[in-house]
Amino acid sequence: MSSLICQRQSLTFRARSYMAFVFTPTPPIADWLADLDATLERSKGFFAGHPVALDLSTAGLTPPEISQLTASLAERGIRVLGIEGISPNELTPALPPLLRGGRAGQEIEIPEPAAAAAEPAPAPPPQKQEPASLLIDSPVRSGQSVVYIEGDVTVLGSVGSGAEIIAGGSIHIYGTLRGLAMAGASGNSRARIFCHRFEGELLAIGPHYKTADEIEASLRRGPTQAWLDGNTLKITAMN
Amino acid sequence: MSEEKSARVVVVTSGKGGVGKTTSTASLGAALAHFGQKVVVIDFDVGLRNLDLVLGAERRVVFDLINVINGVAKLPQALIKDKRLENLFLLPASQTRDKDALTEEGVAKVIADLRAKFDWILCDSPAGIERGATLAMRHADTAIIVTNPEVSSVRDSDRIIGLLDSKTEKAERGESVDKHLLITRYHPWRAARGEMLSIDDVLDILSIPLLGIIPESEEVLRASNVGSPVTLNAALSAPARAYFDATRRLKGEQIPMHIPSESRGIFNKLFGRKAA
Repeated sequence: MSSLICQRQSLTFRARSYMAFVFTPTPPIADWLADLDATLERSKGFFAGHPVALDLSTAGLTPPEISQLTASLAERGIRVLGIEGISPNELTPALPPLLRGGRAGQEIEIPEPAAAAAEPAPAPPPQKQEPASLLIDSPVRSGQSVVYIEGDVTVLGSVGSGAEIIAGGSIHIYGTLRGLAMAGASGNSRARIFCHRFEGELLAIGPHYKTADEIEASLRRGPTQAWLDGNTLKITAMN
Repeated sequence: MSEEKSARVVVVTSGKGGVGKTTSTASLGAALAHFGQKVVVIDFDVGLRNLDLVLGAERRVVFDLINVINGVAKLPQALIKDKRLENLFLLPASQTRDKDALTEEGVAKVIADLRAKFDWILCDSPAGIERGATLAMRHADTAIIVTNPEVSSVRDSDRIIGLLDSKTEKAERGESVDKHLLITRYHPWRAARGEMLSIDDVLDILSIPLLGIIPESEEVLRASNVGSPVTLNAALSAPARAYFDATRRLKGEQIPMHIPSESRGIFNKLFGRKAA
């Protein structure tokens, strides 16, 4: 029996980030709920199917009041995914879990009634966004770490030994990669790594990685790309 | 010291220890003074000072950098004038204190005061990337990165270049510190046999302009042991000539780069052609 346990492969966990609506109720809560009702009246179902988090840092509510608030929201068809801005001991087991480390997104405008009528349940309006990419026009030196979860990273110079590039999307290096490159850090399995000359220490896409030792020696010093084929990290020469 | 000047502040740094920062600071400082420039060399290696020994001034140290920062001594009291070159001064480090005794404001004040009195301020950085090293580079206009042609030294230099581009006053103002590479302890015959990184490899990895290549030489060690920079002690030796050329490039002169070679060495005869 124990051999079965031994043979089990280790689990891989992936991180994934979602955009959530954040409600910031302000006292008096009754007035705030009235405002919310007015918004819901204009755009029915706007929040349906979207994660909603509560930021209670300015609300100053007691645990029973928090329970009451989540119940009031549930009555309106809004389920709360998590709460931020309170201390863990204010949280009873019945309440949604505490959230931490959120990154601010853009302000979302509630569509006007006319638009809402035409489209019963519109997704949050896809606002015009700059393509998510980061361009670095200088060498990345040993010890420096570039982390860009939002999208692709392009480096025009080289990435030194002991330097690291971590991107949510793909990584493009036009100089020599001597350090480490980790693409698809937010779970994007279509992310790739391209480098003009590969002398790197580690390549990773999502949770799959290979150290320099595991990478075929013939690829060194040549133009190289890495991508995911299912759960296998493939590294090939680029010609 | 009445004439008002505006010194260029140069940090001599490397990250890695033992690559020749102190030797190079002393040799370049003496060469600049030899060319008529008024020079002060500052030892930032608080607790492990060496520059006083290499300059042969260790028996004349009364006050040091920390004393000046703490207000125990005035700057002119702590400056030690070289016995051979009247334009060369040393501001020694304290051997009894540690690097925490260096304060940011104190260093800023000392550098500002010295700027008005000298043409060049050479800051001899301690090894590492801690307080002493970051304060030594803090006010630099120019950095000389001392590197040996081997992988660990090159990687540490790469790290230091990254810090020069982020932690200096100039970098914080959005400007960039002028960076020069000084390759030291270069063995012509080991390079010929491919036992060291080549000059091209080092330049490719660090991608900053080359200030000079100093060949490994007994003369450098001998000079340090008698407390005299090689540019003073054996001015006609190969390393001294290389330091003089590097000094003239630092001053802005165009001097052709000379890659040291060993014309009469037995190793060169045996292996030189094969590797080329």
